[in-house]
Amino acid sequence: MSVTEMFSYIQGFLSADQDVREDIRKVVQTLEQTAREILTVLQSVHQPSGFKEIPSKCAKVRELFCTVRTQIADLKTKFPMEQYYRFHEHWRFVLQRLAFLAAFVVYLESEALVTREEVAQILGIEVVREKGFHLDVEDYLAGVLIMASELSRLAVNSVTAGDYTRPLRISNFINELDSGFRLLNLKNDPLRKRYDGLKYDVKKIEEVVYDLSIRGLAKEQESAVEK
Amino acid sequence: MNKREGDGVPRKNTDAVQERDGSANSSSPVIAAFKVFQQELDTKHDKYERLVKLSRDVTIESKRTIFLLHRVTSVTDPEAILKEAEVKLEGVRQKIGQIAEELRGEDIHQFHRAFTPGIQEFVEAVSFLHYIQHRSLISLEEINARLVFMRAEKGSAEDLPPGAQVLTFQVTPSDYLLGVADLTGELMRMCISSVGNGDIDTPFQLSQFLRQIHDGFSFIGNTGPYEVSKKLHTLRQSLGKVEDACYALKVRGSEIPKHMLADVFSSRSALIDPEEGVI
Repeated sequence: MSVTEMFSYIQGFLSADQDVREDIRKVVQTLEQTAREILTVLQSVHQPSGFKEIPSKCAKVRELFCTVRTQIADLKTKFPMEQYYRFHEHWRFVLQRLAFLAAFVVYLESEALVTREEVAQILGIEVVREKGFHLDVEDYLAGVLIMASELSRLAVNSVTAGDYTRPLRISNFINELDSGFRLLNLKNDPLRKRYDGLKYDVKKIEEVVYDLSIRGLAKEQESAVEK
Repeated sequence: MNKREGDGVPRKNTDAVQERDGSANSSSPVIAAFKVFQQELDTKHDKYERLVKLSRDVTIESKRTIFLLHRVTSVTDPEAILKEAEVKLEGVRQKIGQIAEELRGEDIHQFHRAFTPGIQEFVEAVSFLHYIQHRSLISLEEINARLVFMRAEKGSAEDLPPGAQVLTFQVTPSDYLLGVADLTGELMRMCISSVGNGDIDTPFQLSQFLRQIHDGFSFIGNTGPYEVSKKLHTLRQSLGKVEDACYALKVRGSEIPKHMLADVFSSRSALIDPEEGVI
């Protein structure tokens, strides 16, 4: 094979590769759009009026996740499945956002940590690599960490809205999450960087709990409920 | 934890602290889930580290092979050196076999970053040897065809389908391209040293070959990965040096006795001076 032939063969490969990336980028853009819509709906829980509407907001978000599922199904058709990691960078960001949104919805509904299986189910994807388009464990963990900072914000705003018990529940939840992350041996990678931010979320929520408890506000409401 | 309590920030009450410690030991679903993640991440990181190690070994051995091959021009018996280089590359091939073993059943792109430097160096060494032997560019298929490994599975060989014993490693086109770009640097060095040995034919052959590769890279342009455009700049410099060498040989080769050619050339490449031609 001559040098020229060799290079034109490789050029053909490279431009085919670029076409695939172009297709992926288009679908990922629509996914990002949907993710932003979901986020907008969920942001309203920080409003004082939003606290009462949590169930209806969650229902709306669940509907929007149907769109996400069809868009991801579309994405799956754009490249050969065994080359998932070759193009991973294109959807890594949006998949982490979606994992966060799914985790946040599940937390608002049941105050429990979403499992990786649940996220995969909400997004219409797989958990293990062998079965196809899957949720990488690092992306799942990154999504959970984004949720932690969202919850520390929620703790502050729920006090403003007059809900004094929610911060205590959030505090317990975040602490459990924190001890979970402590079990991991993270390398010096983006996930580790994000994990380093978790302690500030923990600290913030602890401060909120402290403010409530020295003023007896947390107990007050508990006893009010008991009466 | 001690550090946190000492830093003067309002602390949460002791009950909560105890609760947290309690939850760390308990078998709550969250902790159980994270234990699974811990295992999964550790397995992945270990595999990655093993691949990095193998890749470094591949790099070192390939570099040594290249150094060895540079001696070909100044030695009376090139066959012996080529034999030795082949033996060395066979060793590298075995290492790549181990990489392929690690990647069995994995997505090779997931760990690609761990072994790409080694593979590029291997492509460089293999293509250098191939050029010395055949004066042509080795193709991607030829490299990949060499990276087929037969594994003798003990005992369980009968249970496995025939495909499971054959392990292949595929060099990606980008790795091949980057390896070839590195090859041009070696060819430039080979050209300079062959001038030193009074060999006048090799520089002209090399400049032609390098020009073909350069044209190929220009054809690919910026469609390739980002690193390619970076290497293209170095490639231009190498090509410039080789073309200058050929120029010097052509212009002054007939005037100067052969044993002094090296001096002519080294003075030319040392000071690239517009006045030099006038002297």
